[in-house]
Amino acid sequence: MTTNYGDTLIKVQNLHKIFGELHALNGISEEIHKGEVVVIVGPSGSGKSTFLRSLNLLEEPSRGQVIFEGEDITDKKVDINKHRQKMGMVFQHFNLFPHKTILQNITLAPVKLLKKSREEAERRATELLRLVGLEEKAHAYPSQLSGGQKQRIAIVRSLAMDPEVMLFDEPTSALDPEMVGEVLELMKKLARDGMTMVVVTHEMGFAKEVATRIIFMDEGQIKEQAKPSEFFENPKDERLKEFLSKIL
Amino acid sequence: MFQEWQDKFVNNFITDDRWKYIADGLVTTLQVTFFAVIIGIVLGFLVAVVRSTYDKTGKLGILNALCKLYLTVIRGTPVVVQLLIIYFVIFGSARDISKVAVAVMAFGFNSGAYVAEIFRSGIMSVDSGQFEAGRSLGFNYVQTMRYIIMPQAFKNVLPALCNEFIVLLKETSVSGYIALQDLTKGGDIIRSRTYDALMPLLAVAVIYLTMVIIFTKLVNILERRLRSSDH
Ligand SMILES: Nc1ncnc2c1ncn2[C@@H]1O[C@H](COP(=O)(O)OP(=O)(O)OP(=O)(O)O)[C@@H](O)[C@H]1O
Ligand SMILES: [Mg+2]
Repeated sequence: MTTNYGDTLIKVQNLHKIFGELHALNGISEEIHKGEVVVIVGPSGSGKSTFLRSLNLLEEPSRGQVIFEGEDITDKKVDINKHRQKMGMVFQHFNLFPHKTILQNITLAPVKLLKKSREEAERRATELLRLVGLEEKAHAYPSQLSGGQKQRIAIVRSLAMDPEVMLFDEPTSALDPEMVGEVLELMKKLARDGMTMVVVTHEMGFAKEVATRIIFMDEGQIKEQAKPSEFFENPKDERLKEFLSKIL
Repeated sequence: MFQEWQDKFVNNFITDDRWKYIADGLVTTLQVTFFAVIIGIVLGFLVAVVRSTYDKTGKLGILNALCKLYLTVIRGTPVVVQLLIIYFVIFGSARDISKVAVAVMAFGFNSGAYVAEIFRSGIMSVDSGQFEAGRSLGFNYVQTMRYIIMPQAFKNVLPALCNEFIVLLKETSVSGYIALQDLTKGGDIIRSRTYDALMPLLAVAVIYLTMVIIFTKLVNILERRLRSSDH
């Protein structure tokens, strides 16, 4: 699919993932360009998470390549940890480190991996905390935060590494309804600031408003993709029509 | 009646400074337990790391097999037999070896097997999302273990580790099998001198019981502290 966005950031070639008998990803080829906000939707079990997790090799592909910034990161000789530093990931269940304060959650990776000084890392963390309006939580522990606050911190934790791309796997699915908004707002802000994002979500409002492109996955394949208007108003794939009729 | 007890007490503990058998025995028991626990924790930690690395990544296959063999053998045989084998077989020709050292080795080696499984369950009890969060930030396997998984696992198992110390304290009472004069043996020596079984053995039992009650209390306090700081 051609878009008017920047250079190719991630290129996926003929990706397969097989769990025992199950073909979770069945030959996916796709490109993510700089500045894009790609939303992935699809029925449960269609392989959305598996695809997203293959992008930073949290899930090791059974076949095919993932090329990030021009380098084949599925190559065994590549230091995947270096590349992961540039691919932030946000999980459904936040996965904040419960034994560390919010500030420590945010500064751990910059200090240990980017070799930033503690002061520098904390300055940046404080800046980011201010951005999400949670500066006063710097010395709190994750258990003292609401779900929405946890997820915003999880996003900040990833941002502290200055990633090239952010991957979101259903970031609002575990939240109480009244907290969904604050997380989506932050994600919209990131999108506006030009962050490249790949987002698995059921929030169709977000997809309509923010996505530059929506991908529909089914049975481990990309069945259709289009700009939001086209995607919702003029779906072609039968399964997509059925999917949309159920959720809209 | 009272007079009779007093005589017995004097005979068992005062005459010939017999109380020293108990006091010295207690010191030995605490020494053996303390150092054995340290060996057990170090060994158990290493075994647990090997085992869970194998479970998570499939690496370290040969080491893992060795660890499993160690766990099976140690947990499948009585500690007294292990103690006797280490003393009479492994160090059979080194007659001048310190019995305390042998006991420390035997109980430490034994305890390591149980500690390993405590640590392993602690590592497994940390949510897998923690591991993924660490890896996704760019930490490698070892860094993720060190900064994220282990601190949480350690906190989870601290009470169980302290209980292992209590178990070990009682288990060292079989040290007499290699003629090491620990607390139990000390009481038994007095019995053999005075032909009075009740008083010295009762004293020994009361000392063990007191120590166990104190340590159990401490563990309970620790557990409560950990729970209240449960972030
Ligand atoms: N680690 C795994 N082992 C075995 N099967 C797995 C594993 N992870 C995912 N699967 C299977 O692969 C298929 C795709 O799973 P995936 O989680 O990618 O779906 P999804 O589209 O994210 O679904 P959902 O909307 O429910 O999150 C499912 O059938 C799932 O059961
Ligand atoms: Mg999913």
